Amino acid sequence: MAAELPSNLHYTVEHEWLEDGSPSTVGITSVAADALGDIVYLELPAVGEQVTAGTVIGEIESTKSVSELFSPVTGTVAEVNQAAIDDPSLVNSDPFAAGWLLKVDVTATGPLLTADEYAAQSAG
Amino acid sequence: MTDDIRSPLHDEHVALGAALTSFAGWQMPLRYSSDIAEHQAVRTAAGLFDLSHMGELEVVGPDAARALDRALVGNLSALEPGRARYTMICAPDGGVLDDLVVYRLQPEHFLVVANASNVAVVREALTERLHGFDALLADASLATALIAVQGPLAEQVVTGLADDPQAARDLRYYASLPARVAGLDVLLARTGYTGEDGFELFVPAEHAPQLWRALLEAGTPLGMVPAGLSARDSLRLEAGMPLYGNELGTTTTPQDAGLGRVVRFDKVDDDGAPLPFVGRDALEHAEPTRRLVGLQGLGRRAARHGYPVTTTDGDQVGVVTSGAPSPTLGHPVAMAYVDLAHADEGTDLLVDVRGRGEQVRVVPLPFYRRPR
Repeated sequence: MAAELPSNLHYTVEHEWLEDGSPSTVGITSVAADALGDIVYLELPAVGEQVTAGTVIGEIESTKSVSELFSPVTGTVAEVNQAAIDDPSLVNSDPFAAGWLLKVDVTATGPLLTADEYAAQSAG
Repeated sequence: MTDDIRSPLHDEHVALGAALTSFAGWQMPLRYSSDIAEHQAVRTAAGLFDLSHMGELEVVGPDAARALDRALVGNLSALEPGRARYTMICAPDGGVLDDLVVYRLQPEHFLVVANASNVAVVREALTERLHGFDALLADASLATALIAVQGPLAEQVVTGLADDPQAARDLRYYASLPARVAGLDVLLARTGYTGEDGFELFVPAEHAPQLWRALLEAGTPLGMVPAGLSARDSLRLEAGMPLYGNELGTTTTPQDAGLGRVVRFDKVDDDGAPLPFVGRDALEHAEPTRRLVGLQGLGRRAARHGYPVTTTDGDQVGVVTSGAPSPTLGHPVAMAYVDLAHADEGTDLLVDVRGRGEQVRVVPLPFYRRPR
């Protein structure tokens, strides 16, 4: 599974990923998506909303369970992935690309991990 | 996880790429690919389940029926050989120790199927309650595998492999018979926990992989898929079936759960006097103050086990026992214990879903009934 983690992304202990850039794209990892099972509902912040690193900004619900989405960054939501809201199975099938969740205009980042660090902690 | 018991079908699950989970001391498949695909396959074609974690306790002897009449809330002496019954074993205070399916295999031979989490409790209670009767208890749980084929095409899958297809086809709901399936001796039962037609096959553990593979091979062309515990849970929830630990427990009575019909106060002893089964006194005087109800979610966020149920004014009047987004119905469903004053069908309530009230409505159970 670790082999699937794109090395160009940053990761959090809460299983989000973050792509460099402005705005910066945020999603959840394959580890989180696999653990949830079939995702059926996404609750995401609205465009323009302020988010703070390390705080809960949304929910990801599957048949079996529900997981909170933590913001990896502080900033302003620039875009949400309407395609994923309409078809949350995108988050299962393609969590690192088509299943992205948000784009955020970043003012500060929280604690981030490299792919290797994330793989090590999510394996433990 | 490392101390968990492995199913006799463990290698099959690994080969199929299953995600495994720890459940009641067993390592069992949670899902093979997709919870929803497995759920839908059972509703529209068939699903193949490994239920080897379930407990199988055999009660054998001339007094077996009389002893079980006293040990359980049901009327087992009235059960015809070859038939099965859903029943419960209660504590003296009326609390539910476990819900059970009891098969009468022979006049003096019963098979008691218990939940994995409760096998030890049921075994100990039965051992104590059989004392003084000419009946013996044997725990066959580890030696016995249990494979279920559930769904509208289950009959086609099973009869296609049965030595006597007509007998399998004619098997009635809640009945069982010894059969040969895929050349193996099994106890073939028409029971299940999904709300669909289906079969459960009890087989010696050493023959389980061969039977599993034969069923999978026969069912795959018909659209059958292996299905995990996740699908089993969403299927039974839609069918309004209780799960021990959620809807049932030592602090709930059968009546609380809307299952008062399984308590047979009409049981009598040889002299025609009311039969003193364990829990009788408490259950006869029980006055339920709450009811197990169905809740239909009007929003998108699902109620989950343990969430508070409130009035629209925010006063707590109950608690959710099970809940999920229903794959078949497309909206959230839940079961909950709700105070009688707020349990009537059509009552609008709220569930506190992680700090925010979600609108729900009391609806009849089950949520889903299969087309006949």
